[in-house]
Amino acid sequence: MDFFRTVADHYNYVITIFVMVAGLYIVTSRGNLIKKLVGLAIFQTSVYLLYIEPGKILGGTAPILHPDFTVYSNPLPHVLILTAIVVGVATLALGLALVVRINEAFGSIEEEEIIEKDRAP
Amino acid sequence: MTEAIAPETLLLLAVATPFLGALAIPLFRNRPNPREAVTLITAAALFLIVLTLLGAMAGGARPSLTLLSLGAGWSIGFALEPLGGIFALVASSLWIVNSIYSIGYMRAHHEPRQTGFYACFAIALGSTMGVALARDLFTLFLFYEILTLSTYPLVTHKRDSEAMRAGRLYLGLLLGTSMLLFLPAIVATFAFAGSIEFTPGGVLAGRAGPVAIGLLLALYVFGIGKAAMMPMHFWLPAAMVAPTPVSALLHAVAVVKAGVFSIVKIVVYIFGIDLLAESGASEWLIYAASVSLILASLIALTRDNLKARLAYSTVGQLAYLVLGAALATPTGIIGSGLQLATHAAGKITLFFCAGAIYVAHHKTEVSQLAGIGRRMPVTMVAFLIGSLSIIGLPPFGGVWSKWALATAALDAGSLFAAVVLMVSSMLSVGYLLPVVARAFFLPADERGDPHDPGRISEAPISCLVALSSTALLCIALFFGAGELERMLESLFGPSAGAP
Amino acid sequence: MSAAWLHLPILQVVLPLFGAIAAAFLKRSASAFALALVVSWLMPVIAGALLWQVLTGGPVSYHLGGWEPPWGIEYRVDLLNAFVLLLISAIGAVIMPAARRSIDLEIEADRQPRFYCMFLLCLTGLLGIAITGDAFNAFVFLEISSLSTYVLIALGPDRRALLAAYRYLIVGTIGATFYVIGVGLLYLVTGTLNMADLAVRIGPAWEAQSRAIIAALGFITVGVGLKLALFPLHAWLPNAYTYAPSWVTVFLSASATKVAIYLLVRFYFSVFGSAVDLDLLPVATFIVALSVAAMFLASISAVFEPNLKRMLAYSSVAQIGYITLGIGLQNQAGVTGGLVHIVNHGMMKAALFLAAGAVLLRVRTVRIAELAGIGRKMPWTMAAFSVAGLGLIGTPGTTGFVSKWYLVLGAIERGWWPLAFLIVASSVIALVYVGRFLEIAWMREPAEGLAEAADPPGSVLLPLLILAAATIYFGLDTALTAGIAGQAAQSLLGGMR
Repeated sequence: MDFFRTVADHYNYVITIFVMVAGLYIVTSRGNLIKKLVGLAIFQTSVYLLYIEPGKILGGTAPILHPDFTVYSNPLPHVLILTAIVVGVATLALGLALVVRINEAFGSIEEEEIIEKDRAP
Repeated sequence: MTEAIAPETLLLLAVATPFLGALAIPLFRNRPNPREAVTLITAAALFLIVLTLLGAMAGGARPSLTLLSLGAGWSIGFALEPLGGIFALVASSLWIVNSIYSIGYMRAHHEPRQTGFYACFAIALGSTMGVALARDLFTLFLFYEILTLSTYPLVTHKRDSEAMRAGRLYLGLLLGTSMLLFLPAIVATFAFAGSIEFTPGGVLAGRAGPVAIGLLLALYVFGIGKAAMMPMHFWLPAAMVAPTPVSALLHAVAVVKAGVFSIVKIVVYIFGIDLLAESGASEWLIYAASVSLILASLIALTRDNLKARLAYSTVGQLAYLVLGAALATPTGIIGSGLQLATHAAGKITLFFCAGAIYVAHHKTEVSQLAGIGRRMPVTMVAFLIGSLSIIGLPPFGGVWSKWALATAALDAGSLFAAVVLMVSSMLSVGYLLPVVARAFFLPADERGDPHDPGRISEAPISCLVALSSTALLCIALFFGAGELERMLESLFGPSAGAP
Repeated sequence: MSAAWLHLPILQVVLPLFGAIAAAFLKRSASAFALALVVSWLMPVIAGALLWQVLTGGPVSYHLGGWEPPWGIEYRVDLLNAFVLLLISAIGAVIMPAARRSIDLEIEADRQPRFYCMFLLCLTGLLGIAITGDAFNAFVFLEISSLSTYVLIALGPDRRALLAAYRYLIVGTIGATFYVIGVGLLYLVTGTLNMADLAVRIGPAWEAQSRAIIAALGFITVGVGLKLALFPLHAWLPNAYTYAPSWVTVFLSASATKVAIYLLVRFYFSVFGSAVDLDLLPVATFIVALSVAAMFLASISAVFEPNLKRMLAYSSVAQIGYITLGIGLQNQAGVTGGLVHIVNHGMMKAALFLAAGAVLLRVRTVRIAELAGIGRKMPWTMAAFSVAGLGLIGTPGTTGFVSKWYLVLGAIERGWWPLAFLIVASSVIALVYVGRFLEIAWMREPAEGLAEAADPPGSVLLPLLILAAATIYFGLDTALTAGIAGQAAQSLLGGMR
């Protein structure tokens, strides 16, 4: 019973881990280069959740000193994740650009087909 | 004139001279005569330097210098001591003879790549000097490896597939053993003793247990593949594809000598013979060396190829040296030191003769040599002298080293070793003298050889000069061995003697 | 001057960053090259000055924007990272002159300014990782360097370069994400991202949150392990090194994996090691086992590899094994050996890849079978290759020997005798693959395709000879390399529990 309670109390982590593993699974199991990138993006998204969830306090606001507010959310994770999102977008863009080039060079974006074409040029 | 030069400078010069020669040789790439002159001048200069050094050593000087201090407990440094002095003397004197011989041999054969040949030769001699005069294990190891690398192009001189295969074996076995066993042994010595400097009396006493000492000794003995202790000897017979001057370099001047010299030096200055005698850690080595000795001699009996026979003879004769070191008595070490010199003189004579026969008559097998004594009397007399010296009969130098080793075996109470020495002398009679007997007493095989000129036809004069002078050296060593012995005795003089 | 003196840590990173931005706007490749040359030559000056500051005055702490750590980002230079900074920037500076000719061959002229932009960006990222004292900032720099590296690799002339870059992108991003997950877990537990502050706070948090900390260590080890090609996470490396433009391979082999190793060392010793008794976790044994596997399996792959560049790439995986082995040994000699091998391997492998690049420049192939007798045609290039190759084998008198000495000593001091023999045994395999190529290069008659070959122009040859000379020089004079590595190892191990 305790186990389920722990799980229920930490449902946000459960979601994070689910997203993380799902993303990683897509990356490893799909042969389509675009799908791999999609998986990678999902995987990275789980990190955003990992950072942001604990930083948010229900009812908390941005940390602006004002007599009306006493509870603040931690702003640092948000800032970090802004950076991480930028990095993620850049990675995705570069990955997609590479896929375009690969498609031009090999005429395919399926990993197995590419390997086959590479063997018999 | 030479008094003006400090012994320390001479020490450095002894190592540097051959390397400078190696730099100068390629300058005369297209002019063979000045090129060979450079080799000869370098060799002569080196010999004079070593002689002056030994003179200084006889006067009690023990020069030592640090070339580079490298931190981490190691440095490149040189020091003179009797064992190294004798090795340097042997190598530098034989280099002169060997160069004279090479000139005749290489030209008679119209060998290609002679510039590289002489340059590598000079580098090999320089590294031999480095090994001989090394002050610590790092320096020794450094030059030991340079020696391997610089002799590789010499061994593969022919560049055909057989030579390349031999070269691979040569390099693989020598570099492989040195990296796999020798290096860990050095590091372990450093870890145990905190020093890898050659110190009279050794550095390991009280630093490790008898088992560890025994294992360490095994690492050294088998890690120094150049010493050709069985089963690390395969490279030596394989390397006989090389031209004869190179075989002489491998067998007599530098390579195997550097190996056994390293073992003896490590036994004396790293382990210390007192430590080995007390702990009995070297006892197994007596048996290992004996096996190597007897087996190699037996194999030599079965070989028809003359150079292969001589190669196995070397494996056996070198085991004498290791045996002397394993006995761990002063007499044994002195015997080893003498054997280093006398075997070098004897074996180089034999190889010169084998090469001369090949140059003059293109014969390589013992069975082809019937009657050759009548065609090449000088060569075969020299061969006889070399053989008798190797066997250990008077009046040739070899008798003293055999005598010292036998005495040492009995002193150490090892009847076994004494018997082994006797038996192996018999065996060397068995594999060397038939060659001479066949050459002189069997009639030449008249039918098969259209090239037989039917009269005296010796190898080129420079070959003859070389092989007769080394034959004379064998005789000279009989009378001059006392001087060497005195030098070696100073190893165990009152200052460094047993407590 | 004094202002610049105080702001050296940030200049180290900002100069190449601005250089990269400027290079992106340049039209002519010659001016972009000149810019990259100037910037990359300034870097070792700054790194050297930083090292001097550290040696004379102890660790340098630089607060970005004047914010006090742990709130602001801190650049913290101690002996270890001053050492790494100097290595990266010096290698970059030495090989930079060779870039022009090598790049001309493989990249079209109109793309070249952007190539230099990417190179400078990559340099920014690598130096940034080494200099920052902030765990998340290290992630950002890691991604800056990685993204630019993917581009650099994709610029390779073979279409397979694209695939290699794509695969490296996938693996590299997973690695970086793993790293940032690890950092996130640490942040959750301690509330700080400053490495020095982390080291202080992990200890008290250990009692309650040991599982999260172990998970963080695991994520960071795997994440950084992917970047540094720790066996068996090395699969991306051989193809990336083989198909990248030759000069890029030279730079990456000497820098990218090395910086990742630095990051691992930093986390392992300075962050986790100072807080937690690492002997409780089997990480060290684990790393040692993987390192030994790398040393053998990758070396054996190299023995059977027909492509020179890929052979060297496999050799890199094996040599990285040496470095991580030293780190896993966790004693003074071992860690010194690992750290000094970062530098030594950087020099040797840069020389080897540069020589391979020179060969490619002259004969357009790096298939070993087609390079018979190349030594006669390109004697200086192959002489440098031979010297660096001997270093790889660990012949005394070369840097490789210095590393091997410390590693074997470290293994013996730990009483791990079999490991000592495994180390030397793997270098015997190096003898086989280096010897195999050298025999073909020197001992055969020159192949027909090599009739036109000759040594490369001075701009390529000179860096090559400098690196080869350094391989010998630092093999003899170890005061600068092993001396500083020893001090760094001492302070790393001294801070451990």
